[in-house]
Amino acid sequence: MKKTRTFLLMISLVSLAGIAPAQGLDPASLTKPATDSWPTYSGDYSGRRFSLLTQINQTNVKNLGLAWVSHLTPGMSATGRFSRPGPGNAPTIVGGEIDEAVPVRGGGHISGAVLQVNGILYVTVPDNTWAVDARNGEVLWHYYWKTKGGTHIGNRGVGMYHDWLYFETPDDYLVSLDAKTGKERWHKVISDFNEQYFSTMAPIVIGNHLIVGTGDDLDAPGFLQSFDPETGELQWKFYTEPEKMGDPGSETWPNLDSMRHGGAGPWVPGSYDPQLHLYYFGTANPTPAFSGVTRAGDNLYTSCIVALNVDTGKLAWYYQPSPHDTHDWDAGQTPIIVDGEFNGKPRKLLLDASRNGYFFVLDRVTGEHLLSVPFADSLNWSTGFDKSGHPIGNPEKDASPGGALVSPDSDGIVNWQPPTYDPQTGLFYVATDENYSVFYRTEPNVRALQGLNGIQEQPVGTMGKFITAIDYKTGKIAWRHLQVSAGEGSGNTGLTTTAGKLLFGGDGNGNLVAYDPANGKPLWHTHLGQVSNAVETYMLDGHQYVLAASGDSLYAFALNF
Amino acid sequence: MHRVKIVLFTLLGLGAAALVAQQPSVSAPVQQPGANQTTPSVPAQTPGAPPGRVPPPAAYPHRAPADPAVVQRGRQIFSANCSFCHGSDARGGEGGPNLIRSELVMNDNNGELITTVVQNGRPDKGMPKFDLSTEEIASIAAFIHSAPVGGRAATTGTVDPLVGDAKAGEAYFNGAGKCATCHSVSGDLAGIGAKYTDIRALQGTMLSGEPMGQFSAVPWKTVTVTLRNGQTVEGKLYQIDDFIVSLIDADGNYHSYPRQGDYPKVVIKNPLQPHLDMLRTLKDDDIHNLTAYLVTLK
Repeated sequence: MKKTRTFLLMISLVSLAGIAPAQGLDPASLTKPATDSWPTYSGDYSGRRFSLLTQINQTNVKNLGLAWVSHLTPGMSATGRFSRPGPGNAPTIVGGEIDEAVPVRGGGHISGAVLQVNGILYVTVPDNTWAVDARNGEVLWHYYWKTKGGTHIGNRGVGMYHDWLYFETPDDYLVSLDAKTGKERWHKVISDFNEQYFSTMAPIVIGNHLIVGTGDDLDAPGFLQSFDPETGELQWKFYTEPEKMGDPGSETWPNLDSMRHGGAGPWVPGSYDPQLHLYYFGTANPTPAFSGVTRAGDNLYTSCIVALNVDTGKLAWYYQPSPHDTHDWDAGQTPIIVDGEFNGKPRKLLLDASRNGYFFVLDRVTGEHLLSVPFADSLNWSTGFDKSGHPIGNPEKDASPGGALVSPDSDGIVNWQPPTYDPQTGLFYVATDENYSVFYRTEPNVRALQGLNGIQEQPVGTMGKFITAIDYKTGKIAWRHLQVSAGEGSGNTGLTTTAGKLLFGGDGNGNLVAYDPANGKPLWHTHLGQVSNAVETYMLDGHQYVLAASGDSLYAFALNF
Repeated sequence: MHRVKIVLFTLLGLGAAALVAQQPSVSAPVQQPGANQTTPSVPAQTPGAPPGRVPPPAAYPHRAPADPAVVQRGRQIFSANCSFCHGSDARGGEGGPNLIRSELVMNDNNGELITTVVQNGRPDKGMPKFDLSTEEIASIAAFIHSAPVGGRAATTGTVDPLVGDAKAGEAYFNGAGKCATCHSVSGDLAGIGAKYTDIRALQGTMLSGEPMGQFSAVPWKTVTVTLRNGQTVEGKLYQIDDFIVSLIDADGNYHSYPRQGDYPKVVIKNPLQPHLDMLRTLKDDDIHNLTAYLVTLK
């Protein structure tokens, strides 16, 4: 009798815990597209940034209005230290291994994912993480990491596992926080700061794996690591170049020295197929970035789309959009997973618009190449495709003393800003910039080549910035919308689509715009200043929110209620 | 991979545009002085910095410059003992790897890590041990550490775009290039070869149409706005997107109009358009030849 009662009590406790409004995020929930949260970098594992929500739609989007604004102040905050923490006075929790942070200029803008879980937003800029009430933008806590330095170019957001958050710092730490309080659980070194690694990626939680990337602009070898989210212990480490001569891929390098100083750090989060158990991500460019003289060969696995078994970190397949790249065109762009028809047959596909201006369709089970096509008119660096659809680089377009006129510039036609795929239109959308630069070689001494040095680059114009819609089945451009501008406009924008038949993005002129995904016609806009991340959307209290960031501020929109 | 657009672009002379950091992008029209660039994309708060002070950029571990005499002594010892395998510049040689960005050297401060390797050798990799003192190895370390190491480390070379043939450039100018349609070597281009001290700026100007280098300026686009009532307003295009068009008229007055449907009608003239159009087809040889020709116009 007694035994049974205890048992019953346990059941009711368990079920209570199940329905209580917990702050935690069960990693198992990540395998289904979420509508009431934005629980991982792309909203879900597919990378398609397509929301099933329809409350905001083409009919009523004209009524979309501001719900709240939240301005975030990075650094050592003056508030929260001398009086009771409360509204407008959130505590700042300070971490780091040095007494005084190296002064930082720049980097104080939100340019990554903002997670929304159980009504709380988690947002980052380099060295800083905030918890913000998704109902009114009130800051609940702020964590500040005192940096040793490193490139403060951006932070792509946090990863979340149950009640714990994870983010990377420019000086190469992985920091885990308690999501409820912002208190640090632990931090650990993920790469060697002295070798000039710097870390920006949003960690991706997959089951009991925490996938963590790191970058380097010198030439240290790239790698992706998986940690145990509970303990922070390393589970596996995948180098983006072979580790020794004789290993598969080493035949694409002239020697060990060039191979082990080939760069290719993964700096943008990837996508994941829960059925195949494969994690797909892009690697950075090879180094020296602008001269291939010391690294004859294709230089695997630089500028590659890579599929790894998420449990073992073992390579399943790869495809290289830019073999032997010489223009800093990494393959870091977010790959999108689509189950769809190709040549009349249902297939598991991977779609990727690469920085070099070519769009690729691959079979994501095997890596089989299905389609390669340019998605910008300006490209002039390739002489054609090889039999596997790789663009063949024209060596005359390498940096030279007299200058080589190349499109795209080293920024690429696209950069990190995420594309989107809308299953309702069957179109892939990406923001493009058809720019030209002259690449000059400035270093005659190949022994002095390192990282990104050895060239000067002179931008000489852009044909325009566009939102480009691609029919993945044919590679044909369905439509392009020119982001008309008085000047050159600003950087590319990230994009998001919804089942309400809307395509959200920035226009490069400071507007947040909802477009018709069928034709690119603007349906709604508001002027925020440069939209610095990609829009997210979720339901909260029965209302669909649209969340955008500009600089150091978050803006939430909803239909008037 | 990650780089910083250091192109300072003046947005139509209206001040610097604070840009959303495009990941990467370099395009430094001038040589980068060192490895310590960060991303000055959006002015941001600097923790602890007094107002008004411009803080230095975040840096990688920065080595204080060593005593030149010690560096020189290190260079000599290195030359006598190490350069055969590692190269006289320590960037690798017969069998020995590039040392200046070796993992161990980058984690070394004053020879403390290097000493172990030098004094014990690396028999498994064919490196003998060297009977050098700690002080001597510290000077070697100072020499190796004196080399700039960084993804954007300055390079020693200079740009010399004068690789073309002036005669061929002249023919292209007057012929296939159709440059003479708009330009004249005795008119707007008279003496241009003498004016530009930086040939790269001259070449960039020639390509984009936008004066670069010492004459840097971005020409305005002009716009004609025709309202629903037929009234037209003209001026310098200040701003345009899908929702607004604004301009500054000849008297310096600012006008802005919402764009809705077909009205107002907007016609933009970009004086640089012929240059932009040319980028699609221009060959590098023609660029080099034209540049060589323009340089002769003293």
